[in-house]
Amino acid sequence: MKLAEAVAALSLEVEDPQILDREVEGGYCSDLLSDVMAKAAGGSIWVTNQVHANVVAVASLIDAAAVIIAGGMQPEEETVKKAQDVGIPLLSTSLSAFDVVGRLYELGLRGTLRDG
Amino acid sequence: MPDVKDVGALMSVTYDVAARDFVRAGEAASKLKRLLQQLGLDPAVIRRAAIAAYEAEMNIVIHSYGGQIKVDITPESIEMICEDSGPGIPDIEKALQEGYSTATEEIREMGFGAGMGLPNIQRSADQFRIESTVGEGTCLQVTILHEAGE
Repeated sequence: MKLAEAVAALSLEVEDPQILDREVEGGYCSDLLSDVMAKAAGGSIWVTNQVHANVVAVASLIDAAAVIIAGGMQPEEETVKKAQDVGIPLLSTSLSAFDVVGRLYELGLRGTLRDG
Repeated sequence: MPDVKDVGALMSVTYDVAARDFVRAGEAASKLKRLLQQLGLDPAVIRRAAIAAYEAEMNIVIHSYGGQIKVDITPESIEMICEDSGPGIPDIEKALQEGYSTATEEIREMGFGAGMGLPNIQRSADQFRIESTVGEGTCLQVTILHEAGE
């Protein structure tokens, strides 16, 4: 699924509309950065409530398709800047993480798990 | 900027890691990942190296007074020496247990300190050594072979 489809279906807020043509392979939901780092597969859309800049470092390292910041949290300024620098689509929504994942699942996305 | 020396088949890079700098935290691992991608290494090997470097970098940021990650890339392996000056680890066996962490509440709220860092490094590594002296610092040696499976 193209990222733009998910953005439209969930009415997600977009920080940088230039980079929504990316293919989404599945999803991962966690607020523990080491857990995401170890287990989320590349191409995942990552749903979290964390808002600080290290989220972008992790997203970039795992080659995430996008980050969705759920629960009405707003990304910190530094997070937005970093995301633009490294080209990670940063999305946000007032939907809870549970609802974001549920809706993405309805759209046909499934959880990813890195091999090994 | 990291110091890059290309000595024949061996490439050596050193990244400085500052303590408590949570904005720049992850940059050393990100730079290493980019370098490994430029070298055309296997994506699974790059991911394992990225996990090990990220976790080692975060440990230095969270727990130490500052340190370095030195990476040697040879035709056989990626070898990282992650060295910090800091309080050291009194009980290494405990520190290697999944879920054990000495991180503060504030650090945990940011999603760090889950007690997964060292276990993640160990799982990503083909060879792993840790040495620590209380009151002086900690040194990790992580080797990832290009040919080995997960």
